[in-house]
Amino acid sequence: MELVVEDLACARGGVPVLEGVSFTLRPGHALFLRGPNGIGKTTLLRTLAGLQPPLAGRISVPPETMAYAAHADGLKATLTVEENLRFWARVFAQGGIGAALAAFELTELAHRQAQNLSAGQKRRLGLARLLVTGRPIWVLDEPTVSLDTASVALFGQAVRRHLDGGGAVLIATHIDLGFEAEVLDVARFRARPRSLDRFDEAFA
Amino acid sequence: MIALFRRDLALAIRAGGGFGLGLAFFLIVVVLVPFGVGPESAILSAIAPGILWVGALLACLLSLDRIFALDFEDGSLDLLATAPIPLEGVVAMKAAAHWVTTGLPLTLAAPGLGLLLNLQATGYGWLVLSLALGTPALSMIGTFGAALTVGLKRGGLLLSLLVLPLYVPTLIFGAETVSRGADGMATATPLLMLAGITLATAALLPFAAAAAIRINLR
Repeated sequence: MELVVEDLACARGGVPVLEGVSFTLRPGHALFLRGPNGIGKTTLLRTLAGLQPPLAGRISVPPETMAYAAHADGLKATLTVEENLRFWARVFAQGGIGAALAAFELTELAHRQAQNLSAGQKRRLGLARLLVTGRPIWVLDEPTVSLDTASVALFGQAVRRHLDGGGAVLIATHIDLGFEAEVLDVARFRARPRSLDRFDEAFA
Repeated sequence: MIALFRRDLALAIRAGGGFGLGLAFFLIVVVLVPFGVGPESAILSAIAPGILWVGALLACLLSLDRIFALDFEDGSLDLLATAPIPLEGVVAMKAAAHWVTTGLPLTLAAPGLGLLLNLQATGYGWLVLSLALGTPALSMIGTFGAALTVGLKRGGLLLSLLVLPLYVPTLIFGAETVSRGADGMATATPLLMLAGITLATAALLPFAAAAAIRINLR
């Protein structure tokens, strides 16, 4: 269940943003991605999640082991908390959602429609989705946006339990989540300015 | 995949889901025609098959832009693309859910509207049969168009322009089946062509649509 990235280069909108990214994420470990806005953290995470192809380099990871959480939570406004979560549990062929609801203190909100949740509650529901994927490697993009300190602590506990269970976590974040982890400063992988000479550049 | 199908049905039926919009639109189009053409029953019954098919086709078009756009906006599409379901399966389920919430109600409502246009009595069975065979192709082609335009601002307009020309064969054979059936002629040829188009779109377009989504998500 190791995520090994070697000499990875990725582009956003046809412009290379990162190159030479190499790191290894082992089970039970967490890795923080740091770097200024616009450096390419989200692009790197989307590339790792398989949503866009890398320009160069290799990503080796066993298939179907990564759970990706982006800025958007993927919630349906007219479904209840429970329905939203149960849908993802079914998609990932997992069983109960009770533990995931409890881990993010959503049990009391289970029958409320997602459109009536606050921003922080929506985020907690989005993060609870990770628990019902049953996948060992979490790839998270700014997971603590709009969370209060109590919810950040809940998230920290969930991550620690996941790590203790042999999982691994890759997080792009700017804040302290209350546990020790390696830090990867993405800024040092900034790509040299150049344009891609590709015939379908306009569509990239 | 069944979970996705059921979620899409639930979303369509809940508030703001757009279920019934297509049906109401179909009703209004068909009701407007006699006002424009005049109440002469001979003319109406001659144009009824074509009008009913065009109406169903336009009604189908109404809800197409919701198929992927909403999932793209709230981030579900990214998450579905990283889920264990193949994207081709996602596309097929979305098209199936679209048909159940649009094509199927249109098919069931069409005989009632045929009455308004003085469709000949022999045509009703063919009307229902041709719509039942043809509307799945409309949903499938529309899903492909929605996949092409996902992520574009105001993609709905472009979607209509892309999809309507692709609807032409279905329209021709569908309306032909009904008018031949109403006149008591043999309908096997257009009916088989209609079924063939539906099967071909169902077999090929999920792959094309999934490829389009993969490119649009980059």
